Amino acid sequence: MTSGAPVSNSSARNSFAAGARATLPVLLAVIPFGMITGVAMVASGIPPLVAMLMSVVVFAGASMVASAQLLASGAPALLVVLTTLIINLRFMMYSASLRLHFAHAPLSQRLTVAYLIADNVYALMLGRFAEHPEDPGKFQYFLGAGLVVWGVWQVAVLAGVLVGAGVPAAWRLEFAAPLAFIALSIPFLRDRATIGAALAAGIAVALFHDVPLRLNIVLAAFTGIAAGFLIEKRR
Amino acid sequence: MTLWLTLAGMALVTFALRAAFLVLPPGMDLPAFFKRALRYVPPAVLTAIWAPEVLVQNEQLPAGVVAIAAAWRWRMTFVTIIAGLFALHFFAWLW
Repeated sequence: MTSGAPVSNSSARNSFAAGARATLPVLLAVIPFGMITGVAMVASGIPPLVAMLMSVVVFAGASMVASAQLLASGAPALLVVLTTLIINLRFMMYSASLRLHFAHAPLSQRLTVAYLIADNVYALMLGRFAEHPEDPGKFQYFLGAGLVVWGVWQVAVLAGVLVGAGVPAAWRLEFAAPLAFIALSIPFLRDRATIGAALAAGIAVALFHDVPLRLNIVLAAFTGIAAGFLIEKRR
Repeated sequence: MTLWLTLAGMALVTFALRAAFLVLPPGMDLPAFFKRALRYVPPAVLTAIWAPEVLVQNEQLPAGVVAIAAAWRWRMTFVTIIAGLFALHFFAWLW
């Protein structure tokens, strides 16, 4: 009941099922990325149970891979949390965008949406809400998609944690992680300013490569945001 | 102990970012400056995550170019991953 309109049980179920079905093509990306995240966490010395706990309470793959590498290099807790903050800053933008659709939903529904926000779920929602802007089953659709992605993600991470270093290194599956982020970043390149932001961030992260403790990601993020602003202003 | 502290910090920060705008009361709006800055966060941050793995002097660079082209053309994550992994092994074999 996202916009105050009553939702019957059967139409709620339909929306939930539609959301769950919509995730199918996305799962082919969720599974390898989840496994890589699980492998990366145990490879950096995080105990398997803590790795699973992290997967449930943090539920954000890229930041977990980066944190695992930082923890293995002995980085201080504060820096790991700062890196997590920067990598997951994009969730804040998704949160601002989803607010347009859920502002009038009960708090419990809004908190559920917040917890289930993920890059690929957000991308699915954008498509759905553009096609059905007045859909009364928005929350049920989001829940269907979000819960399926969440469940499959946890199973994939668990598989990665259990398999550990058992995946043959020759397959080079670790490269699936940057590939998944390439796929996620391209749809955001909509005009000169967003393309400029991405280019500046990419160049900066390479230039600052030798900055210790992966702070180059933090520096690159701010460089990219500043570049986007500057390009927008010049027009 | 450090691990638990890190875990708690990561969980708190991540949930706060996700919930930030969803828990704001309906009447409240966001400062325009903030909305504009947020527009550049996904392209900048997502690129900063993958670029270090791709901008290196070996087969990862051409494989990354193939993946970008596939992502641009088809907009499907699994197509991008499969194209990129195939390209990675192909260029490694070619090198």
